[in-house]
Amino acid sequence: MIDRLTVPDSKRDHVRGTAIARISLLEFGDYECPFCAEVEPVITEIQTRLGEDLCFAFRHFPLTTVHPHSEHAAEAAEAAGAQRSFWEMHEMLFQNQQALEDEDLVQYASLLGLDEVRLIREVESGAHAARVRDDFKSGIRAGVNGTPTFFINGQRYDGTRGLEEMLAALTAEVRQLE
Amino acid sequence: MTGEANYKDMYSKSRRGPLPAGTRAPEFTLRSTPDQWLTLSELQGRPVILAFYPADWSPVCGDQMTLYNEMLDEFREFDAELLGISVDGAWCHAAFARDRKLHFPLLADFEPKGAVARDYGVYRDKDGVCERALFVIDSEGIIRWNYVSPLGVNPGANGILTALEQLKDQKAEVTR
Repeated sequence: MIDRLTVPDSKRDHVRGTAIARISLLEFGDYECPFCAEVEPVITEIQTRLGEDLCFAFRHFPLTTVHPHSEHAAEAAEAAGAQRSFWEMHEMLFQNQQALEDEDLVQYASLLGLDEVRLIREVESGAHAARVRDDFKSGIRAGVNGTPTFFINGQRYDGTRGLEEMLAALTAEVRQLE
Repeated sequence: MTGEANYKDMYSKSRRGPLPAGTRAPEFTLRSTPDQWLTLSELQGRPVILAFYPADWSPVCGDQMTLYNEMLDEFREFDAELLGISVDGAWCHAAFARDRKLHFPLLADFEPKGAVARDYGVYRDKDGVCERALFVIDSEGIIRWNYVSPLGVNPGANGILTALEQLKDQKAEVTR
């Protein structure tokens, strides 16, 4: 059970940036969702600009009915995480959204220098399925109904997903804190 | 008439409002497939989630039903049955369910049109469709929770889960 529904939980979440940053940005996303892939470079740019002020976390919200590859993709990211390479796989998956078959996942693991046999074995056996499901459930509980959904310091962000507007929303948080 | 005014007029609220918690859920028998019927009382003994929605194929309904489809395991943990209801016909439902790979029944409130939605107070006369309305019915057939969402907004599933949890807690107390 995840207690902190809309703010990153450094004990369990995959976090990019410093966990004690002043601003947190939590995304519920799906590797097969085109809007999530579209926003990924925006997040990267935001992270570059805000630096140590931002802690970004990603939770899985795979809608497998419409995105049949999203579950295995999420589990592959987790399996890469078990080999300390979650974010590398995360980026790889978004950059190659059109090719998310199991054999593609094996190839990405190999490209990242991971133990690809272990990775695909974990995906096929569902070793990380419960973890992905926990992410999904925490999203449902937080009122997420589609992807991507963002929370800034625990508050749902409903603005557009452009760089300027997202940055403005995030920096407004900093100003409030100062 | 301007487009906007026309839209507002079309999407005016149904007058009665949804049946409140504590009311016995009106009985119904509706087609669940072109050759099968489903009667509400057949499900007595288990909680039932009724999800009224305006129309197959419209973007929000699709997302909402897709989300619920992902939630079936969670609903099953409460032994709850999920039923989608709209005024679309059984063949339309069949095509929609196949396209979206939905694994729960979609009921056709088709003839007389919207009769069940009217019984539950969630029919929109001017539009000829039902509200986007949720009901959680307990194992005795009593409505325990309802929610009517703005037509264009996906209400998510959190409210349903909270209602099911409360039912479970109450049941545990009674047993004790």
